[in-house]
Amino acid sequence: MAAATQGALYTQTAAELAAGLESGEISSVEVTRSHLDRIAAVDGAVHAFLHLNERALETAASVDARRSAGEKLGPLAGVPIAIKDVLCTLGMPSTAGSRILESWIPPYDATVVARLRSADLVLLGKTNMDEFAMGSSTEFSAYGPTHNPWDLDRIPGGSGGGSAAAVAAFEAPVALGSDTGGSIRQPAAVTGSVGVKPTYGGVSRYGAIALASSLDQVGPVSRTVLDAALVHDVIGGHDPRDSTSLTDAWPSFAEAAREGARQENLRGLRIGVVKELDAPGFQPGVSQRFHETLSVLEQAGAEIVEVSAPNFEYAVAAYYLILPAEASSNLAKFDSVRFGLRVNPVVGGTVEDVMAATREAGFGPEVKRRIILGTYALSAGYYDAYYGSAQKVRTLIQRDFASAFAQADVLVSPAAPTTAFKLGEKLEDPLAMYLNDVTTIPANLAGIPGMSLPMGLAPEDGLPTGIQIMAPARADDRLYRLGATLERLLADKWGHTLLSQAPSLS
Amino acid sequence: MSQPTPEPRATDDSTLTPDVVRHLAGLARIALTDDEIAKLTGELGIILASIDKVSEVATADVPGTSHPIPLTNVYRQDVPGVTLTNAEALAGAPDHDGTRFRVTAILGEEQ
Repeated sequence: MAAATQGALYTQTAAELAAGLESGEISSVEVTRSHLDRIAAVDGAVHAFLHLNERALETAASVDARRSAGEKLGPLAGVPIAIKDVLCTLGMPSTAGSRILESWIPPYDATVVARLRSADLVLLGKTNMDEFAMGSSTEFSAYGPTHNPWDLDRIPGGSGGGSAAAVAAFEAPVALGSDTGGSIRQPAAVTGSVGVKPTYGGVSRYGAIALASSLDQVGPVSRTVLDAALVHDVIGGHDPRDSTSLTDAWPSFAEAAREGARQENLRGLRIGVVKELDAPGFQPGVSQRFHETLSVLEQAGAEIVEVSAPNFEYAVAAYYLILPAEASSNLAKFDSVRFGLRVNPVVGGTVEDVMAATREAGFGPEVKRRIILGTYALSAGYYDAYYGSAQKVRTLIQRDFASAFAQADVLVSPAAPTTAFKLGEKLEDPLAMYLNDVTTIPANLAGIPGMSLPMGLAPEDGLPTGIQIMAPARADDRLYRLGATLERLLADKWGHTLLSQAPSLS
Repeated sequence: MSQPTPEPRATDDSTLTPDVVRHLAGLARIALTDDEIAKLTGELGIILASIDKVSEVATADVPGTSHPIPLTNVYRQDVPGVTLTNAEALAGAPDHDGTRFRVTAILGEEQ
């Protein structure tokens, strides 16, 4: 990062900001203003945000006042955070990147948002995304694409490209994302940031505008493993408003990350390399950095074992049946009656005609494609062959994971098969776009947690690459422990963090 | 015990025609234009051809999974909670009469 920006508050991690706020060295108003100034300076070029919270400074001032009055506040009190626009927020529009929800303000907060407010984080605003989280590039946002801070002509990943770009461009220290097939991890990989998809049910989905209910999971986006863990600790845990929410007592993920950063070596840890996700078709620079990272892990004492997951070959196919099927059902609620857009047909008509005209005008091309695909997959005569078969593949993928985790404590793979591609490059080729998710989809199908963290810049294009760590369901702490160790080992090797090398933009 | 046989491939006896896409769009309540129907017919054909491989391994002996983490009988206490007021529920509606959502005719003339 350029010298001019060194030392600015917005360059600090959430953990550093929290320490400064706790000690009284800095105020939340100063921290929030620093980020709002940074947003004003760079977001014209990055376009990570769809909406800014007009009350951010007011919230920050109130947190400062309560701290000054001696009130005991939570560990992230006063720290700013950006929110993916798929999450419902009182007082701020929640569009999910769609025209059909333009300017819609929800009547309630998502549970994760309510928890952030209770923990006194400062909401900076809402981040851009592919419409209803359908996409891998943010190009399917109805409000224009987000640009990758490393190269403004390239995609920031998707669907949560806005949240990833916001943290990578130092517009927010942390953000929330949602991950249905990789929408947190793939953007993290291509922007050099950290993203975690928790165990399915580990974080509440209440108030997250549903894409595919059996796959969606909300999670943290950050620049460091510890920051992701700190956010996860705030948003995670049982929520009676989400019937799929797990009732488990979770350990402190921040503590796991701190332990990981401290641990001397990785002796006794078995790391499985999924043979099918270390594929010859991947970009050479991605594969190179992945194998170098495996050497780093091995030198630190980890045992590297190769594992095979033969049914992963069918994961993308199963995903693009299950997701459209669930999405076509979830998106039926956008009917021009209770919320959102209403478009009346020119010739008039019944309420059904109004619905059809509204959905034609309000949905973009990828949403229409997936709704029609899902409607087909669920239609009589095809249900067993398509949706039924996809559900069986899901079982086979779970079995592959079970057998892999019998041989290894964690699994690793590249988090994305390539670095960030050019805006527009895959826009007219849906199938090519879908294949971006080949590395991330299996974890969603099985409900297990996954993390992406930076593993260096690809030699051929100087763009970030990410390594994915996966753990068994409910063992999210393993991601944070190993992630923090690896993050430290790589920073020691490079002599700096990856994002300190990003263009300054201003 | 005999070898499980794969279920028939879904696209063996079907091609996705513009009429099928038009029918699906009707079921999904999207007033697609003819241009969109033509484009989608081609795109969905390519997508389906690549995803119908799921039937290769989806044999009769494999149970389906609908939910990644098995949960059964999720209950909660039957106690009154805070709910939306009428005004809150109507706040985002395209049209309402102060107490109810307002829509145009539900039935067509022929119904």
